[in-house]
Amino acid sequence: MSIAADATPPPAAPDAPPAAARSRARARLEEALLPPIVAILAAVVVGDLLIVSFGQSPGAVYRLLLEGTWGNAYGFGQVLYKTTTLTCTGLAVALALRAGLFNIGAEGQLAAGGFMAAALGLLLPAGTPGVLAVPLCIIAAMVGGGAVGAVPGALKAKFGAHEVIVTIMLNFITLALLNWIIAAKLHVPETLHTPEIHAGRIPRLGGPFTGSAANWTILLALLAAAGVWWYLFRTRRGYELRAVGLQPDAAEYGGVRVGGVWWRALAVSGALAGLGGVNFVLGYKGYYEDGFAGGAGFLGIAVALVGRNDPVGVVLAALFFATLSQGGLAINAVVPKQMVEVLQGVVILAVALAVPEVRRLLRIQPRRV
Amino acid sequence: MVVITFLLQAIRIAIPYLFAASGGVVAERAGVVSLTLEGFMLSGAFCATLGSYYSGSAWVGVLCGIGGGLVMGLLHAVASIRFKADQIVVGIAINLLVVGLTRFFLHLAFDSSSNSPRVAGFGGENAGSGLGALVSNPLVWVGLVLVPVMGWMMYRTPFGLRIRAVGEHPVAAESVGVPVPRVRYLAVTLSGVLASLGGVYLALDQHQFTDQMTAGRGYVALAAVIFGRWDPVRAGIACLFFAAAETLQIQLQSLQAIPSQFVSMIPYLLTIVALAGLVGRSVPPAALGRAED
Repeated sequence: MSIAADATPPPAAPDAPPAAARSRARARLEEALLPPIVAILAAVVVGDLLIVSFGQSPGAVYRLLLEGTWGNAYGFGQVLYKTTTLTCTGLAVALALRAGLFNIGAEGQLAAGGFMAAALGLLLPAGTPGVLAVPLCIIAAMVGGGAVGAVPGALKAKFGAHEVIVTIMLNFITLALLNWIIAAKLHVPETLHTPEIHAGRIPRLGGPFTGSAANWTILLALLAAAGVWWYLFRTRRGYELRAVGLQPDAAEYGGVRVGGVWWRALAVSGALAGLGGVNFVLGYKGYYEDGFAGGAGFLGIAVALVGRNDPVGVVLAALFFATLSQGGLAINAVVPKQMVEVLQGVVILAVALAVPEVRRLLRIQPRRV
Repeated sequence: MVVITFLLQAIRIAIPYLFAASGGVVAERAGVVSLTLEGFMLSGAFCATLGSYYSGSAWVGVLCGIGGGLVMGLLHAVASIRFKADQIVVGIAINLLVVGLTRFFLHLAFDSSSNSPRVAGFGGENAGSGLGALVSNPLVWVGLVLVPVMGWMMYRTPFGLRIRAVGEHPVAAESVGVPVPRVRYLAVTLSGVLASLGGVYLALDQHQFTDQMTAGRGYVALAAVIFGRWDPVRAGIACLFFAAAETLQIQLQSLQAIPSQFVSMIPYLLTIVALAGLVGRSVPPAALGRAED
């Protein structure tokens, strides 16, 4: 939002203040745009090396990648499907980071959300009207993810346990627990997924996207992005959250209950990640499958980082990483799709290196990202 | 007999943890967050497989594995120290990067998406997995000796003192002439080398590389570091304890007494409990994760 406003500075005025404002706006724009540009350049260089090492021509491979993602309706539908999940996990990580907390548990929260949606979908009797079943299943997903997220929040608020380690450890615990439930109690024989849910399915997008996994959950993800923006920048709770993220001691002195903000932020963060589970369970397959998260939670960290913890940035970054991930499948016939995983790592690393460097160049006060 | 089988299997499982946890203690005590242990191990495993495959010698494999850990350790060090990038993000990025790189080069070198061909390990072809294979594997001895050596290094040598000073109070360390960045570079690179040896051991023990063969062991090692309160010897004991729990689960598997998933949770649950301070509070090094300006 602020970026879009900054992008069109008023025509140069002769007096000093607008000029100062303009250069500040320009510095902020550069700070937002330079790291992703550096990252994409680095990814292209590494990508070229990998493609050449496999004896292929980079130009042809990149063309293939674009054709398979943005060049046809099915590919683009798949990109939209992946964007949906990544938007949810990206928002989850971004919201927590605004509170100064690193949520590495989005993977487990995503899985827990998906499982809860499927569990409720199985419990509801067949024939439950969609208007009732869909919202209930969505709420179940958010409660599932939120519950997993609230644990590190509460432990941090109460005992000062570092949320990074707790969320990592909770990932393993959550995934192992879900694996046990599915493998021992609730699977269709010969598979690792639950039976199909009785109610609560979300329709696919249809139209030109028929055949792809794209479904109306994308609308939910966009609504969630708008909601996060509203929460962060237009509510008192959001203001408190950002204040704690910038300087917890100062916020506490200003009358904010820091512990409360911490656990609320991680619970909401977990709920957002859990919402991502809706995309697979209600929108695509109609059942919970062990391992469906498949790294989308970890990629949410990359999405939040590249999107600079801004809801609009997160949606755009999710689109970028979804394109890369779907593009991997498009090029798999010529170059192993694992190239894309390397590029994802390169992008994250390059952004992580470029952000403090650009700030130093532009002399911008450090802000915790 | 049962006891001996149990001990042998527990030691076999513990060795990779011991290497990685030792690496984790060194880096974290110097103030650099060590989420990269998993990536270090995986790169060590892959490079060791490559080296052993092309040379036919396990020792060349060990050297190549160390090289892989060295490169990744340096990458982590440069990103965290020179560029002052967020160490948690760098850790996650390096782990993702290593998974992608090993998968890509598995395709390139062996034309497979799952595993490498069989490579030479220690103890010859017919060593099996009993006592013979264990005692003839030099990495087992290195891993076991590493724990007291790291304890001695950390508390009885100038280098150890510097590492601890740099991780607790870098400004104070600098004021008495300790070259903070250099100590951190050394510590993080050493951590890469040590953790990669855990991966080297895995690959040579199984005589092949399989996709993502470290399977979260780096995180178990990190759990041991925290559960061991950032002390090399306590972390080593935590590794042995986690390995013993795993062994127990494997041996009880036939009885179906406890589902394996619950045993795999033990290290993670204990870490959370330790961090929350329910049984003896774990307090990290004071300057952990902060790039010193």
